[in-house]
Amino acid sequence: MNADTLIPLIFGRLTLEALPLHEPILVVTMIVVLLGGVALLGALTYFKLWGYLWKEWFTTVDHKKIGIMYMILGLIMFVRGFADAIMMRLQQAMAFGGSEGYLNAHHYDQVFTAHGVIMIFFVAMPMVTGIMNYVVPLQIGARDVSFPFLNNFSFWMTTAGAIIVMASLFVGEFARTGWLAYPPLSGIGYSPGVGVDYYIWALQIAGVGTTLSGINLIATIVKMRAPGMGMMKMPIFTWTSLCTNVLIVASFPVLTAVLALLTLDRYVGTNFFTNDFGGNPMMYVNLIWIWGHPEVYILILPLFGVFSEVASTFSGKKLFGYTSMVYATVVITILSYLVWLHHFFTMGSGASVNSFFGITTMIISIPTGAKIFNWLFTMYRGRIRFELPMMWLVAFMLTFVIGGLTGVLLAVPPADFVLHNSLFLVAHFHNVIIGGVLFGLFAAINFWWPKAFGFRLNKFWGLVSFWCWVPGFWLAFAPLYVLGLMGVTRRMRVFDDPSLQIWFVIAAIGAGVIALGIAAMFIQFAVSIINRDKLRDITGDPWGGRTLEWATSSPPPAYNFASTPVIHDSDAWWDMKKKGYQRPLSGYRAIHMPSNTGTGVIISGLCLVMGLALIWYIWWLAALTFVGVLAVSIVHTFNYKRDYYIPEDEVRETEEARTRALAGTEA
Amino acid sequence: MRRLRLLLLVPMVALLSACNLVVLKPAGDVAQQQGDLLMISTLLMLIIIVPVMALTVFFAWKYRASNKDAEYQPDWDHSTHLEVVIWAAPLLIIICLGALTWAGTHLLDPYRPIDRIKPGQAVDESVEPLQVNVVALDWKWLFIYPQYGVATVNELAAPVDRPIRFHITSSSVMNSFYIPALAGQIYAMPGMETKLHAVINRPGEYEGFSANYSGDGFSHMRFAFHGMDQAGFDGWIAGVRQGGQALDRDRYLELEKPSEKVPAMRFSTVDGGLWDAILNMCVEPGKMCMGEMMEIDRKGGLTMASVRNTMPLVYDKYAGRGKNAAIFGSDDSYVMTICTPLQAEAAAADRIRRAELEATSAPVSLAPLSGLGLAQGVPMASLSINKQSTGPVSTDVRSAPNA
Amino acid sequence: MSATATEIDPNVFHLEEEPHHEEGSSTMLGFWLYLMSDCLIFAMLFAVFGVLGGNYAAGPGPKELFDLELVAVNTAMLLFSSITYGFAMLAMDRNNQRQTLIWLAITGLFGLAFLGIELYEFAHLIHEGATPQRSAFLSAFFTLVGTHGLHVTFGIIWLVTLMVQVSWKGLIPANKRRLMCLSMFWHFLDVIWIGVFTFVYLLGMVR
Repeated sequence: MNADTLIPLIFGRLTLEALPLHEPILVVTMIVVLLGGVALLGALTYFKLWGYLWKEWFTTVDHKKIGIMYMILGLIMFVRGFADAIMMRLQQAMAFGGSEGYLNAHHYDQVFTAHGVIMIFFVAMPMVTGIMNYVVPLQIGARDVSFPFLNNFSFWMTTAGAIIVMASLFVGEFARTGWLAYPPLSGIGYSPGVGVDYYIWALQIAGVGTTLSGINLIATIVKMRAPGMGMMKMPIFTWTSLCTNVLIVASFPVLTAVLALLTLDRYVGTNFFTNDFGGNPMMYVNLIWIWGHPEVYILILPLFGVFSEVASTFSGKKLFGYTSMVYATVVITILSYLVWLHHFFTMGSGASVNSFFGITTMIISIPTGAKIFNWLFTMYRGRIRFELPMMWLVAFMLTFVIGGLTGVLLAVPPADFVLHNSLFLVAHFHNVIIGGVLFGLFAAINFWWPKAFGFRLNKFWGLVSFWCWVPGFWLAFAPLYVLGLMGVTRRMRVFDDPSLQIWFVIAAIGAGVIALGIAAMFIQFAVSIINRDKLRDITGDPWGGRTLEWATSSPPPAYNFASTPVIHDSDAWWDMKKKGYQRPLSGYRAIHMPSNTGTGVIISGLCLVMGLALIWYIWWLAALTFVGVLAVSIVHTFNYKRDYYIPEDEVRETEEARTRALAGTEA
Repeated sequence: MRRLRLLLLVPMVALLSACNLVVLKPAGDVAQQQGDLLMISTLLMLIIIVPVMALTVFFAWKYRASNKDAEYQPDWDHSTHLEVVIWAAPLLIIICLGALTWAGTHLLDPYRPIDRIKPGQAVDESVEPLQVNVVALDWKWLFIYPQYGVATVNELAAPVDRPIRFHITSSSVMNSFYIPALAGQIYAMPGMETKLHAVINRPGEYEGFSANYSGDGFSHMRFAFHGMDQAGFDGWIAGVRQGGQALDRDRYLELEKPSEKVPAMRFSTVDGGLWDAILNMCVEPGKMCMGEMMEIDRKGGLTMASVRNTMPLVYDKYAGRGKNAAIFGSDDSYVMTICTPLQAEAAAADRIRRAELEATSAPVSLAPLSGLGLAQGVPMASLSINKQSTGPVSTDVRSAPNA
Repeated sequence: MSATATEIDPNVFHLEEEPHHEEGSSTMLGFWLYLMSDCLIFAMLFAVFGVLGGNYAAGPGPKELFDLELVAVNTAMLLFSSITYGFAMLAMDRNNQRQTLIWLAITGLFGLAFLGIELYEFAHLIHEGATPQRSAFLSAFFTLVGTHGLHVTFGIIWLVTLMVQVSWKGLIPANKRRLMCLSMFWHFLDVIWIGVFTFVYLLGMVR
């Protein structure tokens, strides 16, 4: 056996040419990331933090820490996704009058694909999951989720997916297909490189994590609620989380199946989505949107919950129309499965089919509209304190209704024929995803940060961020609405018509303003951490909260509640405060808790390597890691001791420390 | 915030008045109706959106914590009257919009032959619609004019006020055929045929392009669309006829290979069976046509021997995309035709005849249309019956080879 | 736990005693949810087979390819394995460890027989040239049936693991819970197979 056969056997199709050394932009990025990475790793080693990180964070099964890790993952990926956005805006603002801009097709097509994939799967999803993970168990008075180990494993699988996407930046390429990778373009014939394989395996591995975390949270909400909390006494955020997780469990398997079929087409040469041999590419489009549309509601529903909590907390009022809010959420959950075809009216399905899906889409706007009205009437006759979360709520209401309007417009098939795939569409979904999901996440971060860390976020920098984001958003996307009405299609790299350029320049300026907003947010975090003593909240209830999470200390102890709370009202904590509740100061008991485990990290690490091996056709490594995954999983099941007791003394010590702190604030 | 936004609006409005919102002010009747529907729907929704936005701002201002005069009712969380209103108001709007959608979707179905040239002018049934067969190639557009026996690349022309019937397919990946000034878009998909009926009302130079990302050369996949008066169009056709080049199967296979920024090309003659072969993905000699394959499959497939009826693909369609086959699969191959050339010719002729029959016999509903795309005095049922009657002979996407 | 809500004094905000959360009390629900998500994957594969099942690409169809008698034997193997798993569970209920293990072993053997026959069928088809690449119908067939077979394979690995664990720790609650989960998994695969047998093989013959 000589080197010519041995090297492909060992390295598959991975060669030195896979490093994008000919792309100056990527080389600079790579150097910066490498230097930054080395500095970070060096600092961790120097300050001897590895043991701490491993014991306290990486192997943790505490839902609060996992929630925080999800948020960190989301924020890091957000920076990457936003860098892609800036690159696109610059390219489109430059490439006029014969100019090719600064990105070639090979690079630009990867950028817009990566932007979509990252923002949906590795920014919005982890952040939403992170918030649910952190808040839901606290809101229902539980000590942890139903399956704490699975929770840790889910997080690391999501992270492994994110790492695979990031690896594509420096080794090989990412998909050049658009974020849903429609075949036949994504088939092996038309996309022969590793790009689509990166896409497939990143999504499959992260998808396992998402599905498991969905199952976990449903079981948690159904089984672990505190005594007295009937379904109609659940906080509204818990309700929306329940619906979201039902959507996750009932839609992510579809994505898994579809991507598996595309994988078979690409690796084995089957004919599911090919042009020849009886394959049917349009089936892929149908199937992926059967997942894709519920996915939209997976992202937005929890934020509807956040806005509901924010509205009632800062208006100092019970949520208006709790029951109708719950029914609206459930109706949206069900209807979200009946609208997928509106993503491709232009396929020619016939007028009756098109109008059916158009009208079901419009029907969804009824419960959504009811929600908007409910928030409106929660504000009505309230005492509104304009803290940052409340400001994001108002910005959301004003922004989201416009996104809703354009969404319903696009649901009218003849109107969709002229706007489909246009920049109007791009503006629409950014209008709802930024205006809804992102604004919601900002509200949630500002709202629950004091709970998670024990101090508030700096308001000044929060305001700067807010006032950059909201006008910046309109500056960046209003021009896209206009361009859409001028008949400009998305994913274009260069343009002929010079009269369009001014709009793209405005949009690029808008993106710049948003960049300032993002910078201000990170400054806000930094300033708040530095001034944490000034911003400290001892009470655990800085906003006059209404639900159970505000009953605990900030941050809550590992066991959340020293004794299991009993619930009488959907605003449980408000009810307790009203009735003059006193914290029990005695009668502590040892608390049964799950113990940390490194298995999740190990299995996810093996899956990560397996994914990379499959992408690069390194079969021996793929087989080895697969066997490894099986072996580690089996060995894990031989460990029957997965729990421990927090001793009574430790509970008493923690609780008494809090008693002293609370007395200190009163004195 | 609002003041700031108002300030931003001023230059925006100035800019807007200067730019060409082709979607709202197109030059074709179909696009115009679609644009009108867009405006009507927007106005309908503004009925509810504007009050909501105004109330949001008003409540936020009125019930601010510093306004101690405002009423404060911390336990007021339910009002049956209000809840009925907040569910009913959007419901009413959606009922109106839904009715508009149902009617508009049926009347503006791209598959439905148009029945008016412009508001108030019905189609003259004696005028035969112009037929254009459109093929999305990597990365350019091929237009075949079967009535004139000519073809062009990246250049399209049509006489004003004459109905145009597009038959659309693609050779490799999905594209979307879109001329904003003329009519809404429809996908171009390999092995499938979509249709679009439209008319251009004003002479002029318009732009067409692919509205669905299809790979490297996508941005340059543009073509000029000329709206001409009849004399101009006749002259244009005569010009194309003088071009001299012939488009036969070999030339097509050459043309089909990926290329970017292709200048307009003209072909004075076109192989009569080419369009059918493209649609059935059997331009390559010896390859089985989709129609033939579907016929066999409908009868339950062939015997075990047919399993090896494939040939390695020698013709390299993927060149330029970088060719690769699935690592664990066989090499690229295709199914060989089992017809003799004579049989294949007869089958193709039969398919063409049926397509023509379908095209000419499709009933045109002469229901009067209002400017908003709403039927007047025509029960919707009659429209849908008209639709269905075109079903059995059509080879559109609903009964396409691949679907 | 919410059932007791009405009995709770509205001024009591904490339980005096820790509620006895039975260990793994959510496991059954969680496993059901997992099974439903898996069921959805199969639903997709069935739907794909429904769409592509007639696209033979001018190749052979089900009548040419399938050997119904062999598949009937195969089906019998899986159905028997379900019955024997049921016996294992009955033995488990009686806390009879030895019998449980014996029935589990028999179940595993039936499962292996099923897999063996399926692999023989696949090998035969591929040898004849009816590969997954030959037509969309064959792609959908191999994927649907193969995915089921893959599940059975994992079921057998799991079964062996559990047999080791039962003989190691005995029929402790944790092991009983695991046996219950595998039981649901195994019967679920049985139900899926009945769908495959009817929808793919039987309907294929009359298609």
